[in-house]
Amino acid sequence: MSSYRELLRATKAGISEVDAREAAQLDGAVWIDVREGDEWTEGHIPGALHIPRGNLESRIETTVPDHASTIVLYCAVGNRSAFAAKTLGDLGYDSVHSLVGGFTDWKRNGGEITMPRTLSPEKRTRYSRHLLIPEIGEEGQFRLLDSRVLLIGAGGLGSPASLYLAAAGIGTLGIVDADIVDETNLQRQIAHSLDTLGTPKVDSAKRAIEALNPDVEVVTYRERLTSENIDRILDDNWDLIVDGADNFPTRYLVNDASVWRGIPVVHGSIYRFEGQVTVFKPHEGPCYRCLFPEPPPPELAPSCAEGGVLGVLPGIIGSLQTNEAIKLAAGIGEPLVGRLLLFDALSTEFNEVRIERRADCPVCGDQPTITEYIDYVEFCAR
Amino acid sequence: MSIVRVPPVLRAEAGGAREVQASGTTVRELLEDLSDRLPALGSRVYGEGTIQPFVNVYVDGEDVRTRDGLDTPVRDSSTIILLPAMAGGSSW
Repeated sequence: MSSYRELLRATKAGISEVDAREAAQLDGAVWIDVREGDEWTEGHIPGALHIPRGNLESRIETTVPDHASTIVLYCAVGNRSAFAAKTLGDLGYDSVHSLVGGFTDWKRNGGEITMPRTLSPEKRTRYSRHLLIPEIGEEGQFRLLDSRVLLIGAGGLGSPASLYLAAAGIGTLGIVDADIVDETNLQRQIAHSLDTLGTPKVDSAKRAIEALNPDVEVVTYRERLTSENIDRILDDNWDLIVDGADNFPTRYLVNDASVWRGIPVVHGSIYRFEGQVTVFKPHEGPCYRCLFPEPPPPELAPSCAEGGVLGVLPGIIGSLQTNEAIKLAAGIGEPLVGRLLLFDALSTEFNEVRIERRADCPVCGDQPTITEYIDYVEFCAR
Repeated sequence: MSIVRVPPVLRAEAGGAREVQASGTTVRELLEDLSDRLPALGSRVYGEGTIQPFVNVYVDGEDVRTRDGLDTPVRDSSTIILLPAMAGGSSW
């Protein structure tokens, strides 16, 4: 039997202890703060990761999978980190060091500290299922909360997109739509309801979003997107655009503006039982004009109003767009850049085709020939 | 024979079929065979020796324009996707 003091002494004798100066010389070291959550939120060493001592064994291998990594552990005064260092040594980590004097000495000696942003208890509860996912966590949730996403259209595609983006905690949602909610919309446009028939779609969508998540700021543009108003709308600093337009002139207009401004566009389109999704990330992948340099003749371009659409299809395609938007906003995963996803609801089949940036693209190519807005209606009516 | 997937906006030209068959060892041969069998569909996609500019043709997921164009080889097991742009969209 040994007392705490004896155990601590024996533990410290068996591990490496470093002071701040020595620790700073450990190139590429991973710094881990093993204190409790409330201590961490009162300030920590910049760049450190946080794994409370109680979770260290279970989380270390997902955080630092390479056992040859150099690790610096710290706590408040250097005791918990000493026990933690012994544990990591037992787990097979070769180069683990405990910071002598811990955070207290670090701070006393004028070491730099940062105050982490923290979610309010309400937000922690609301987004708890995101916080549990390692790829998102608190940092990813902050990125979503800081994001500004512009939706072109609050119709079939915009409905699921606006609701799921709002639910995910996207901080600011812009919605461009000039339309009024009518009864034919309710077969698929789930952001609207009988209560909002006859009201502008942007207002109806705003109401639905605020009922779901009042933290989201909604900016409405009750107008049809044109060459005249697009710059004013995009001047509001949108991080990305979710395009759910229903016509070619708007698609090409959104494309050109987004390439010039470097704003990624999450593209979705639907007709009857089929849908297409992709992400146009300016200069990193193809743009809409690389995929379709020319619109089809009008007789081959019926809208859903003319040809019909299965009600759930925009739900599926709009949700796939939202998935891409959330990934881009959180900075995770592999976005659908350079890949066009095709969905067939009748056979329940997904297909994917590769799309490439064209060096001769008139907008994003090596020698662009279109550098200002054109007459998009005329271009699409040829 | 290869499988050719017909996009919804061109199905009227294929008698409503979602898929049709056509044969050829290159995209050119295949589109010419398709034009012989289904002239209405063929002429929408292919005319005067070129693929219509508003239609993309994919062989096994690759855009033939990024490969050898009409000379892109086609195998019996290949799936060909004809893809014009879809207007969109939710009405708004």
